[in-house]
Amino acid sequence: MHVPDGFLDAPTSIATGVVAAGAIGLAVRRASAELNERTIPLAGLTSAFVFATQMLNFPVGVGTSGHLMGGTLAAVLVGPWTAVLCMSVVFIVQALLFADGGLTALGTNITLMGLTTVLVGWLVTRGLLRVLPRRPQSVVPAAVVGAILSVVAASLLFVALYAVGGTADIPLGALAASMVGWHTLIGIGEGVITGLTVGAVVAVRPDLVHAARGLMPRLQLRDAAGNLVDAPVEETPAAAKPRGLRGPVIASCVVIALIAGVVSFFASSSPDGLEHVSAQEGFADTAKDHALGGWAFADYGEVGGIPVGIAGLLGVVAVLVLGWLVLRLARVARGRAEDRTADHADALAG
Amino acid sequence: MGGLHTPVLDAARTATRTPAARASAVGGPRAAELSAAGTSGRTTLVHRLPAEAKLLAHLAFVLVVVATPGIWYWAFAAYAALLGATAVATRLRPGFLLRRMGVELPFLGFALLMPFISAGERTTVLGLSVSVHGLVAAWTLLAKATLGVLASVLLAATTEVRDLLAALRVLHAPDRMVQIAAFMVRYLGVVQGEAHRMRVARDSRAFEARHLGHVRVVAQSAGALFVRTYERGERVHLAMLARGGGDGPLPLTTAPSTAAAPAGVAAVLPLAALAVLLAGLLLGRMS
Repeated sequence: MHVPDGFLDAPTSIATGVVAAGAIGLAVRRASAELNERTIPLAGLTSAFVFATQMLNFPVGVGTSGHLMGGTLAAVLVGPWTAVLCMSVVFIVQALLFADGGLTALGTNITLMGLTTVLVGWLVTRGLLRVLPRRPQSVVPAAVVGAILSVVAASLLFVALYAVGGTADIPLGALAASMVGWHTLIGIGEGVITGLTVGAVVAVRPDLVHAARGLMPRLQLRDAAGNLVDAPVEETPAAAKPRGLRGPVIASCVVIALIAGVVSFFASSSPDGLEHVSAQEGFADTAKDHALGGWAFADYGEVGGIPVGIAGLLGVVAVLVLGWLVLRLARVARGRAEDRTADHADALAG
Repeated sequence: MGGLHTPVLDAARTATRTPAARASAVGGPRAAELSAAGTSGRTTLVHRLPAEAKLLAHLAFVLVVVATPGIWYWAFAAYAALLGATAVATRLRPGFLLRRMGVELPFLGFALLMPFISAGERTTVLGLSVSVHGLVAAWTLLAKATLGVLASVLLAATTEVRDLLAALRVLHAPDRMVQIAAFMVRYLGVVQGEAHRMRVARDSRAFEARHLGHVRVVAQSAGALFVRTYERGERVHLAMLARGGGDGPLPLTTAPSTAAAPAGVAAVLPLAALAVLLAGLLLGRMS
């Protein structure tokens, strides 16, 4: 589902265009670390793969069929920065050659379906891999959850963009509820296909799965005396300075906080407008039918007298702290030695 | 390196071999569309314009359309007339244009829902209670999206793929992006051919995706497709190295495919649209 021209107003389109251009600029520089010098042919071929995968249809039910968006799949297979590049190229080619998605909406489409799905899918996958057993097969469940959440996150960002630059005043609470509801279903489909596809690659060529790097069992050699010994590890320059995920994690926290703050702010303000109109026009009875979500949000705001935007932010902070504690516990439980290998993997991934 | 659009032509050949069977097949319609974009063979003034001029004109025109308030119905009529005149000038078949505008359809569904789910003052149309604001928003979306899609279709149908890529480079798009896009377009036909062969292999074993349980088979094909694509990418890179290629910029195109028309002609469409928008602003201030 590509956003066409005129769906969002001009300032929002330009703003998302700037975000997309910045992300692409960053991705161009970082992607070379993921693919060495082979960036260009491999990224081009991966783009063609994503394009072809988006056309693998499968029946969903009553006459409709679904297809893959592929953000998380690309991130897990070739790494997040290359994936951002590949997805962006796919959207550019689709807009220029197939009129699929408007040219002014190109930034919006890249931000929504290229950037958000890749980032959320990748971060969730990486986070889960820290908790799951250290085997290449663990990538599969991690990618499933990552794919589901990535689609839901993209739908939430869509609602946020619509709140800022939308053209109709649809009650945002209701829009958010229906978008998230549908996209949870779509996300489950995406997750299943992503998981199965990643599983198929892990089974044949686990070395090609970017997210599985560092999860391979150590190579064991048998020496002259017949004892099993670990093969010497080849030191890569990247491994010398572990970088970790701190930068991307902080960036995504800021984005999530902004979304939560902005969406809930707009959601709480929309019933006011409706109330105003209904009082003015004297049809308050009709308003009840289509402001379901809006009223629910308004109620949240009134409970305890906390502004909804701040309540949303507090919720996000609570979830983040909880998630951080869980990850922390998991890492402590695993011990220092494995911890160091995890950082190793991050450095390769970073 | 020379034949940027050869895979595209190959894909077109595959597509025409069994048209009916490939209607819903992997990449069938898209591959056919891509070839139609590049090789229409006609040379009108619009075809001969430099690609970068057309690209900028397209972007400017769509920006003007997007910036116009939805209730200026006459302005949209003027935009449609301008774009219609351009479409006539390209001498493309109306049926071809309409078929390629089909990509807009999913969002039409959303536009149709808008009058029913929007808030605000209600009115009655054909016995259904709809929101006035929602009606206007649906109209705005329909008008702007349709104009945008038609403009995109006209651009794609009158410009060679390699000229578009060269135009991106002229407009200072990041070089690596342009090269990646060039590789993608170049190997799209190959990858789609690979996917098509897998599909033939599935079909000849009497596989038909009937329910969700069959997703596994399709996904395994996607996994195999990735492995083959990645390995092909490695081979392509090695082949480039073997021929002395490296990290330097790739030659995308040698010369424009046709004799170029003056670039200024492309500015007529966006400037006319801008004039309509400015006239609307002036009239709005006076009244």
